Formats: sequence, C-alpha cells, structure tokens
Amino acid sequence: MGNDARTQDAAASVDFEEVQATQQFKDLRKRHRSFVFPMAIGFLLWYFAYVILAAYAVDFMSTKVWGNINVGIIMGLLQFVTTFAITGWYVSYSNRRLDPIAAEIRHGIEGHDYDKSGNSALGGGAK
Amino acid sequence: MITIPAAVDVAALKDTTLLNMGIFALFVAVTMVIVLRASRNNKTAADYYAAGRSFTGSQNGTAIAGDYLSAASFLGITGAIAVNGYDGFMYSIGFLVAWLVALLLVAELLRNTGKFTMADVLSFRLRQRPVRIAAAISTLAVCFFYLLAQMAGAGSLISLLLGISDWGGQALVIIVVGALMIMYVLIGGMKGTTWVQIIKAILLIAGAAVMTLWVLAIYGFNLSSLLGGAVDAANNPAVLNPGLQYGKTETSKLDFMSLGLALVLGTAALPHVLMRFYTVPTAKEARKSVVWSIWLIGLFYIFTLVLGYGAAALVGADTIKGAPGGVNSAAPLLAFHLGGPLLLGFISAVAFATILAVVAGLTITAAASFAHDIYANVIAKGRADADTEVKVARRTVVVIGILAILGGILANGQNVAFLVALAFAVAASANLPTIIYSLFWRRFTTQGATWSMYGGLASAVILIALSPVVSGTATSMIKGANFAVFPLSNPGIVSIPLAFLLGWLGTVLDKRQEDRGKQAEMEVRSLTGVGAEKAVEH
Repeated sequence: MGNDARTQDAAASVDFEEVQATQQFKDLRKRHRSFVFPMAIGFLLWYFAYVILAAYAVDFMSTKVWGNINVGIIMGLLQFVTTFAITGWYVSYSNRRLDPIAAEIRHGIEGHDYDKSGNSALGGGAK
Repeated sequence: MITIPAAVDVAALKDTTLLNMGIFALFVAVTMVIVLRASRNNKTAADYYAAGRSFTGSQNGTAIAGDYLSAASFLGITGAIAVNGYDGFMYSIGFLVAWLVALLLVAELLRNTGKFTMADVLSFRLRQRPVRIAAAISTLAVCFFYLLAQMAGAGSLISLLLGISDWGGQALVIIVVGALMIMYVLIGGMKGTTWVQIIKAILLIAGAAVMTLWVLAIYGFNLSSLLGGAVDAANNPAVLNPGLQYGKTETSKLDFMSLGLALVLGTAALPHVLMRFYTVPTAKEARKSVVWSIWLIGLFYIFTLVLGYGAAALVGADTIKGAPGGVNSAAPLLAFHLGGPLLLGFISAVAFATILAVVAGLTITAAASFAHDIYANVIAKGRADADTEVKVARRTVVVIGILAILGGILANGQNVAFLVALAFAVAASANLPTIIYSLFWRRFTTQGATWSMYGGLASAVILIALSPVVSGTATSMIKGANFAVFPLSNPGIVSIPLAFLLGWLGTVLDKRQEDRGKQAEMEVRSLTGVGAEKAVEH
C-alpha cells in the first residue's frame, strides 16, 4: 500500500541538511513560524487575561450588560468566537502561503534533487 | 405543548431501568456489528494501530470529537455549571481554546514525523532508547489517569440509572463496562474503535443539541431569561458570576489559574488525541481533522452552557447534589425532566457509549505505546515482526482493561471533569515541553527530553498525591488521613513551568551533541511532509 507515515524509499538517500540550507526551505520555515508563533502567543495571552479577570476581577466580570447576561459570559463566548476565527485564518493562510511551497520542496526531494551523491539523478523530471 | 413535571422525582427513575438497559444494549449490538465488519481486513500493525491510515479528515475529526467529548465533558461540565455556576464554564472554554495549540503547533508537524505513537516523534532525532522509554511511561501514566476518570463516570451514571447505590453493584457495572471495552479493542483495533467514536460523537452532539434547543424553547430562546431562571432556582445571583467555587480564598484562586493552565496546555499533549492524527493519510487531512473537531467540540461546549444553567434552573442544584451519582447526574436528570423516561434512556445510553468509546480509545493508545515503544523497540530492539507486536498489543489491552476496572472502582464518586483535569495536568507537564522543544528548538538534546519528561511526570504525580484531592478533606480519595502538604488540587501551575525549565536546563548542561543530520531531517519532514505523503502523491 505504501501509505505508512514514513515510507523510507523516497527519502532514504536525501541530504536533509542541504535541503534545510536552501533559501526555499528557509522561506517556508519563516512563513510557518511567523504565523504560528505570534498567533499562539496572542491567543494564550487573551485566554490568560480572561482567566485572571475571572479569578481576580469578579466585580468587573459580574457587571450586567444586557438582562442577566454579564461581562463574564460575553467574554467567555468571545473566547469561542476567537477560537473559531483563528482556526479559519490559519487554514486559509496554510492553503495560500504554506502548502504550495511545501509541495514544491517535496517534489524536489522526491525528484532526487538533493541526493547525498551530490548530482541530481535522472528521474528528476519525472514528477 | 410540552408537559413538564413539576419537579424531578429521583425515585421514579428506577422504573425506567429496563428501558435504559434496552437502549444501551441496542447501541452495543449495533456498534459490535460495525466493529466486526470493520475488522475484517486488519492485517498489519498499521491496520491495527492506525486503521490503515484510511480515514478522511472529516471522519477523523468526528472521531477526535468523539474521543475528546468524554463523560467528563458531558456529565462533568454540565454538572459543574449546574452546581457551581460560572466556574464550571471555565472547563468548556479551556478544553476548546486548547485545540489551537494542537492546530497551530503540533498536529501537522507530528503527523509528518511519526508513525504510530507519540514516542516516534519525540525519539526521532534524539537517542532512541531513553527517550522512547520516557515517552512510553508518560503515555501510560496519562492514559491511566484519564481511564480512571472515565470509569469513575461509569460508576456515577450507573448508580443513577439503575438505582444501584451499593458499592458492590456499582463495581459490577464498572467490570461490565471494562469487559465490553476490552472486546471492542481486541476485535476492532483502531478501525473499529474509530467507527465507535464516530457513531458516538454524532449521537452525543445530536442529543445535546436536542436538549439545548428544548431548554432554550422553554425560555423563549432568550439566554437572559434562562440565566434568570437559574438565579431564581438557586436563589443566589452569584451563580452567574465567576468565583462561586474558586473565589473563596487566595489559594482557591491560584487553583483556578492552575486549572486554566493545565486545560489549555494539556490537549495537545494527550497521547490518545495525538495518535488519532496517524489515522489519516496526509498532514493536510490532519489539519482538516483538527478544524472539523474544533467546530464540533466548540458547538458542543456552547451547548454545555445552556444545559448546565438549564439543569440548575429546571432541576435545581440541591436535587442534583442529592441524587445518586451526585454532580455528574445533572445532564441525565435534565433529560428526564424534559423528555421523561425515553429521553433519559437515550441520553444515558449516549453517555454510556461515550464512556465505552473513550475508554476504548485510551486503551488502544496505551497498548500501542507498550507494544510499539517498549516491546518492539526496547525489549526486542526492533527485531520483533509486526505480528508479534500486534499480539503483544492485544495482550496489553487485556492487562490495561483490568487495571482500569480496578482503578475505576477506587475512583468511583469523584467529579469526572475534575479527574480529567488532572490527566490534562500530567500530560501538559510530562509531554508538552518535549513535543514543543523537539519540533522547534534545534539544540534540544536527549538529556533535556528525559529531564523534562521524568521531571514533569514525577512533579505532577507527586503534587497530586500530596494535594487535597488525595487526603485531608471530606471529599478526598483517602478519607481519614491527612498528608496534603500541597494546597492546590491541580498541580499544573507548578509542574508545567518546571518541566519546561528542566527541558531547557537539561539541554544547556548536556555535553553531548545530537545528530545534526537527524535534526535537519526532522525539520524538513515536519514542514514538507516528504516521505509521509506517498499515499496521495502516487
């Protein structure tokens, strides 16, 4: 079937350090990290701000806004909204900015562009 | 148009026993047929552990939701909101926001670098034996804590539904649940287990949706009047405000922080959730699964807010606390109040199915970890063939099943959401730092990994043992003793930062260098999916 998570054949002879050093791969890594790190820090800060307010600013969180609905419930529901929003944002970012370049590098590797012997194998154009 | 009984008569529940058992038996029969059909072509280790990587993103996402929305979510959170008001809602939010850690930092990278278990990823570029053993031990520990919670939930539920309140009767029921679970996993492997999760997730979310709409309909689809109803029933406006449970003292506020930290960082380190990412063919499908599960899980947790306050308003906190099964009985009691015996029977059967399915998922994870990491890679040093490995996994299933039954009997009666939070704290302490470091920190070494994993695991478990959960209060597991020197009931706020610190310290003090080539290989594989994407490339 060949659908194991780590089929060895395509990647066995690849010089991964060479791939890692290419500008294309550095770009991919930069695009990935420059999205996920700030986003992760952002949602964690927003979540902890919420937790700290719930623990130490009870009066503020208990302020009634509309009927019996108070600030705490609104902020809690906003956590749901931001979670859904970040999810959607990440998917669209990955589809546009990460997947195409990742696929290009993958095809390069599978086409033996980075084999350890140093010279590209003949099968390079097969993909 | 809806007839609502004036109050819930707990004694009347006993008359519905046969109906409840009938609905549950039907669920077991249907899922067993599906499991048998699904298991027909379980041949290789990849079939048994990873369902032949044949599931689509949406199927796997539903199964993840099934795995994640355990009895803790349904029974525990609804009960916590019904009894403790706003503080219970915190669980819902933490459990959901935590998925962003999995989505952004872990799921796809992990799918691209591993094969069957969490240890595959953690030991990828470090020294195999020590890291694999540490990862397998922490996997087993987390699964064990999580199993305890589920089995305790089974005990509460049964005592309510069958009116069995004596210890022996509840123990017998826990044994039956354990035995059924062992059968599912032995016969169905990951494929069978996944199908059980999918069916259960659909039933659970549909059941919760019906109850939510019903409660909202009673209050004219006005959240404010529902909340007002809860205030009136409790005769205490503070149920809408944070702090009812955790706001009493400075220590309890700190405990709330600790819980919040463990909830948000635990999910992405739960071995049974991580293992689900291997049942899909590609990283893109892994991403789709997480997105799908975030939507399902988020929707469900919004329901818990309505169900919890609904139970508070319509059933009443005192009735819930007084019922057999205590806090965990809020959702079934609300179902009985709304739809009488039939809805109670349906909801209870769903809750049972939930416990059964989650326990099955945990068991297969623990068995895979033992057979694949400890047996095949450490004891047999990679010379075991796949058949022997699967055989070992199946035997492990039986052993873990028996351990879970014994533990469940001991933990019977605790709030299940709370017990699950402990499992989250152990996972976040023992696993998360090493997962993050090995994916993102080039210099990370074997010594850092073992220090962090053993340090995180030991500190979390020891702090739990020395906490009020185990001894010192009226609700502790061991009554009459007091060795609770640690004041918080959740260890996360200490053990998680400590594990991150140990991972860093172990690395900077390590004189050995790790293989540069392996680090490059892991980074390239994790971001590009090379080698892992064969199934769709060809």
